[in-house]
Amino acid sequence: MIVRPYGDTTGDGMVQLSFTLPIPHDKRAEGAALQLAGKMGMDPAMLVHAKPMGDGFTFFVVYGKVGHLVDTERVQVVERDYPLLSAKEVNAVIKRRLRRRLNVVGACIGTDAHTVGIDAILNLKGIAGEKGLEYYSELSVTNLGAQVSVPDLVETAREKKADAVLVSQVVTQRDAHLHNTRAMSAAFREALPAGRRPLLIVGGPRFDELMTGELGVDRIFGRGTTPREVASYLVHALIESKSKS
Amino acid sequence: MAGKLDLDPRIVARARALAAKAGQPVVDLARSHTTVSVERAVLRLAGVHGADADGIPWVNRLVDAVRADVGLGHGVAVPVLHAALTTGVEDLTVLAQKAAAGAVRFAVPEKKSEIAAARRRARKAAAGGLKIIDRRRAERDRLIRRYGDPAQRPWIYLIVATGDIHEDIPQAQAAARAGADVIAVIRSTGQSLLDYVPEGATREGFAGTYATQENFRLMRAALDETSRELGRYIRLTNYASGLCMPEIAALAGLERLDMMLNDSMYGILFRDINPIRTFVDQRFSRQVHARAGIIINTGEDNYLTTADAVEAAHTVTVSQLLNEFFAHEAGLADWQLGLGHAFEINPDLPESFRLELAHALLARELFPDAPLKWMPPTRHMTGDVFRGNLLDGFFNLAGALTGQGILLVGMMTEAVVTPWLSDRDIALQNVRYVLNGAGNLHEDFVPGAFIRGRAGQVLGEAVELLERIVDDTLMEAIADGTFGLMKRPADRGKGLDGVARQEDDYYNPVGELL
Ligand code: B12
Repeated sequence: MIVRPYGDTTGDGMVQLSFTLPIPHDKRAEGAALQLAGKMGMDPAMLVHAKPMGDGFTFFVVYGKVGHLVDTERVQVVERDYPLLSAKEVNAVIKRRLRRRLNVVGACIGTDAHTVGIDAILNLKGIAGEKGLEYYSELSVTNLGAQVSVPDLVETAREKKADAVLVSQVVTQRDAHLHNTRAMSAAFREALPAGRRPLLIVGGPRFDELMTGELGVDRIFGRGTTPREVASYLVHALIESKSKS
Repeated sequence: MAGKLDLDPRIVARARALAAKAGQPVVDLARSHTTVSVERAVLRLAGVHGADADGIPWVNRLVDAVRADVGLGHGVAVPVLHAALTTGVEDLTVLAQKAAAGAVRFAVPEKKSEIAAARRRARKAAAGGLKIIDRRRAERDRLIRRYGDPAQRPWIYLIVATGDIHEDIPQAQAAARAGADVIAVIRSTGQSLLDYVPEGATREGFAGTYATQENFRLMRAALDETSRELGRYIRLTNYASGLCMPEIAALAGLERLDMMLNDSMYGILFRDINPIRTFVDQRFSRQVHARAGIIINTGEDNYLTTADAVEAAHTVTVSQLLNEFFAHEAGLADWQLGLGHAFEINPDLPESFRLELAHALLARELFPDAPLKWMPPTRHMTGDVFRGNLLDGFFNLAGALTGQGILLVGMMTEAVVTPWLSDRDIALQNVRYVLNGAGNLHEDFVPGAFIRGRAGQVLGEAVELLERIVDDTLMEAIADGTFGLMKRPADRGKGLDGVARQEDDYYNPVGELL
């Protein structure tokens, strides 16, 4: 389907935009804001608000029409390519096919101290009415908590014979999450041969799910992930897809 | 504005008595132990400064050297000053350098006269540091008299967090010009787990800027300039919590910071720092803050980011009472207690705003003379910045309506980024609108049965929890996940190896002078 932004009538293409330019507020600054909006594809662009902030900055709100068309058929996203199972089904598959508990090691790495996300996935309490992976009788979960170093994570993963390693990254300033994830996947590649390397999963609210290749991980989970999605993916990637190939 | 909730004074008195009873064993523990950071703070006050070529401060090198020779339990002051006397190296930084090169050995002198001489010297050296702190405090009083305090309560508190002190400075000055009364420079992730304080001006923090003496100095000087320009004294805040609480407290006093985040449990709960280490460090750092005239900010608001704000409301009250007890014990006065609490109830909950008012008013009336620190919604903020701005407006209104002392300005982009320049401007506009339009609404605000009932209920639950803590001990409660649902046993966590029991001859000249 081909679509355009919707203001109040189909096809009007209206969008709103706000930003700051590092220049004092005057006529020229307003012109500069419109120039930017124009380059971003807004035509005509309406400057509806300009406010000086301190000496050298101005904040702008611009409304305008964009000519761009969006083709929903050509969108690239990571869609769930595995069935969403219940806890019972997950346990049953592991029991039947793996015949041992599946080992999961989780941590929030680097200097990041945000544990609420990884705890939501791993701890019994879970999130959004769903229990976390600890609730699954066939999953053996080790949650290392926050501020875990990559060497400690690799060591524990080895010790626990982890089938999957789940890493959380919430702080993104200066791309901390990307640096840490790359360091983590590199360390696993170095420490273990391909066949014995655990499935590497990262999650956090500001990841781009398309970056798996670049980051050297198997899967990325974003905002609003639920434990069930993760459990279903684990079963899919570690058991179902392996037996097929 | 006391008395709107009709709290039963007997229950309030009982809550305080229980908090004292629950807190006393922890105070006893703090008084009978020392830590590497307490000892390094003593050396900093005694004038040891600078770092080696790898950036390790000389205070660390010196404490490590003393510890290797005689252990920590005597305190470092006597062995160090005794070495200074016997070697004739008067400058303690030079002594640290020589010790690091292996050229000085440390011992606890045996003769009474030698001990007395070393103590005398230590007291004199430490008094030098405290004298600077006293001078800084007098300077603050003078500047406040000259430029004045903010015209309104609550004071408006804003965070800068670029990671680069040279970016922070213009942002802080811009924020002050736009109405901020207090600027907080938040620290880089990871600093709280460093067992040393970095040196110099820094430009490479993650989600915050390193707390260093030089960064403190640069920012204070810049805000002094802005205070002069605006005719209003702009206060500066930083964070003490972490493995170096005592040292950062000392540096804050030396560089005239005005407020410090200093919670008795934050490091334990949210950084997994060992509980004993934290309590020992906390007591000493608060003694230093008391002397420096610094207002502390406690961290109860954080519990509500991991636990539910309604279910766990009473844990905030309990922690405030404990923080108050520990603070008084360390010599802080009520005006220095920026006890924390927050607007963190799920906005989808029916009557959420009335519940917020009940909780906020409870804190206000329990601690009538403390300048409570009122924290904005964070946990239920989402990428919907428009809804976020509305929530922040209600948060500001609750602050005005319940007479909060320090209002940490909420950002509509809380769930997205560390604040942009424009976020701060929009947030301040929100605050100005509310304070302008409804700043005195508390005069007309009389809570009804719902709010009074809820406040009474939370206080009742707090008393029950305190009774349990008195029976089980506070350390057990922390181990159980009572606060913020974080479980932290006393024998675990980072920094325990930096704790030592005080020997009978333990001597700390700063402790003595404070
Ligand atoms: C709670 C919180 C805290 C608490 C954390 C308590 C704890 N024990 O976790 C405390 C108060 C301690 C805290 C501290 C700090 N915080 Co904070 N914090 C938040 C806050 C308010 C909520 C985060 C949260 O809990 N979300 C709820 C969870 C459930 O969501 P989630 O993490 O996205 O997780 C979900 C998905 O992403 C996914 N997921 C996440 N991880 C994983 C892992 C796997 C394997 C999988 C499958 C899925 C998955 O599934 C989860 C469930 O759906 C956010 C703001 C916000 N509203 O988002 C700021 C925020 C994250 N914090 C921030 C910052 C900067 C800090 C500090 C660094 C500030 C400082 N300089 O001191 C410090 C941390 C120091 C450090 N060393 O990290 C910034 C990060 C900015 C950025 N983008 O880089 C934010 C965005 C606030 C802001 N605007 O400044 N914080």
